[in-house]
Amino acid sequence: MGQIQLNQVSKSFGSVEVIPPLDLTIEDGEFVVFVGPSGCGKSTLLRLIAGLEDVSGGHVTIDGADATAVPPAKRGLAMVFQSYALYPHMSVKKNIAFPLRMAGLGQAAQDKKVEDAARVLNLTDYLDRKPGQLSGGQRQRVAIGRAIVREPAAFLFDEPLSNLDAALRVGMRLEISELHKRLDTTMIYVTHDQVEAMTMADKIVVLQAGVIEQVGSPLELYQRPRNTFVAGFIGSPKMNQIEGPEAAKHDATTIGIRPEHIDISETEGTWKGTVGVSEHLGSDTFFHVQTEASAEPLTVRATGERALGYGDTVYLTPRPDHLHRFDSKGLRLE
Amino acid sequence: MARAVSTGQKSLNTAIAGTLGLVMFFPVLWILILSFKTEENAIRAPLEVLFGSGWTLDSFAAVQARSDYFKHFSNSVVISVGSTFLGLLIAVPAAWSMAFVPTKHTKNVLMWMLSTKMLPPVGVLIPIYLIFRDFGLLDTRIGLVIVLMLMNLPIIVWMLYTYFKEIPGEILEAARMDGASLREEILYVLTPMAIPGMASTVLLNVILSWNEAFWTLQLTTSDAAPLTQFIASYSSPEGLFYAKLSAASIMAIAPILIMGWFSQKQLVRGLTFGAVK
Repeated sequence: MGQIQLNQVSKSFGSVEVIPPLDLTIEDGEFVVFVGPSGCGKSTLLRLIAGLEDVSGGHVTIDGADATAVPPAKRGLAMVFQSYALYPHMSVKKNIAFPLRMAGLGQAAQDKKVEDAARVLNLTDYLDRKPGQLSGGQRQRVAIGRAIVREPAAFLFDEPLSNLDAALRVGMRLEISELHKRLDTTMIYVTHDQVEAMTMADKIVVLQAGVIEQVGSPLELYQRPRNTFVAGFIGSPKMNQIEGPEAAKHDATTIGIRPEHIDISETEGTWKGTVGVSEHLGSDTFFHVQTEASAEPLTVRATGERALGYGDTVYLTPRPDHLHRFDSKGLRLE
Repeated sequence: MARAVSTGQKSLNTAIAGTLGLVMFFPVLWILILSFKTEENAIRAPLEVLFGSGWTLDSFAAVQARSDYFKHFSNSVVISVGSTFLGLLIAVPAAWSMAFVPTKHTKNVLMWMLSTKMLPPVGVLIPIYLIFRDFGLLDTRIGLVIVLMLMNLPIIVWMLYTYFKEIPGEILEAARMDGASLREEILYVLTPMAIPGMASTVLLNVILSWNEAFWTLQLTTSDAAPLTQFIASYSSPEGLFYAKLSAASIMAIAPILIMGWFSQKQLVRGLTFGAVK
């Protein structure tokens, strides 16, 4: 079991309120990702759930029991830190066994669990090494191993992949997703990387300045962002947002259109524009096109290669059924 | 391009460093030589001392016969080791709380502690002497252990604080998440990681206490007199006996010199800990 509930949880450091009172329910077995820009309070929120920070107000409930005053050691949660936080003076084996040792488990039971975890995480050959002798990816796996042996009610991940290089990051992302499928345990994952959020989450919580902007499945957030912040944050490259007369034509203050929902043509279309920088990814090409519709250049995605160069004149046509409309407060208009 | 250093430059540097080292070591060397001379030969001109006759071990025997070396030695050991470990007992919790649960006044407290080291000790001699007299602590080992512990406590706290600061807080948090109590966290995680730092703190403070000559000379006469008192007793009203004084000095500094020699690697590592990531 691993249902976690936050009721009116808030956090202040001195007179600065970093998290105004918020409510959130995380269901058992869910993979929830907290995402937002740096300093949005996502890590603080995770630490409040872990018990590493005390809440300034409200209640944290784990599996129906009030855990607000319960110390981190007794909450039955396991955490994987950004810096891995392995014990440098202990071997891999002792690192993984540490929570079991603290729980007072017998040596034989410890060994069995450590071996099982090491097998799952491909660490069997490294059990006698010290963390200093491992690569970044291996260290991350040890940290995960230390978390899974406890069979916690929920796993908490605090930006666990941000110290890894890009290739390793993709690999570990898949491994963590697979682990979630296999263990079927609640996972809460903090990241500033919206790609990680989109690819891993059952449910994404978008935070800005300690406030939950939207909660939903990745596709919900992508297709129906509740406001301009979520619209701009989720999706890469980000959604084009146009203000002014062009938005007024659609009875909105701001309209948004994703790069893949604009058709590009050399002969005809709604907006005439000039091609600026193009980014060639092989599978796709992103053109930055300056048009009269918007002060900012619009990003347009074209599949495959397109023979368009710097300064070429093009015509852009947004697909009307994919147009997002927002009011003067930035909230979505239906 | 890396900075190029010519062979000539290197030899010059080596020569300068060697000369400086010799100049610094010379007093100790001269004491060592004098300690092996007879009293009569020890006061001759330097060249005669070096190349003349009169080599003997008599001074050492005379010193041991006149004053009980081992009593002073054991006093020095008790005082330096005792004050260091008593200091650790107080400094570890103090440094832990300042490093891991800092408040906005932590820096001020640290500076205040350090500032007490800037006060000349003689400034508090009279109050401390009177306190010692009234509490019957004069010429007792426990009295010296306390006073030297207090004198070195700021240094112990500062050193441990610096080492503890180097230990990432996340590792201690991980221990907390793994179910460790505060005691287990300090015992199984913090202490093993801080051992190099603690070792050099202990070494440095044992050396400082061993060599401390102001309080040990002021507050002891015979019962608790450490080796500093033992040396000082040889500059007596009866006149200076160079050979015996030298022999006494060598006997006093030899233990700490040998300990320092064997632990220099640990000392340097401890003192530069964290300077280079």
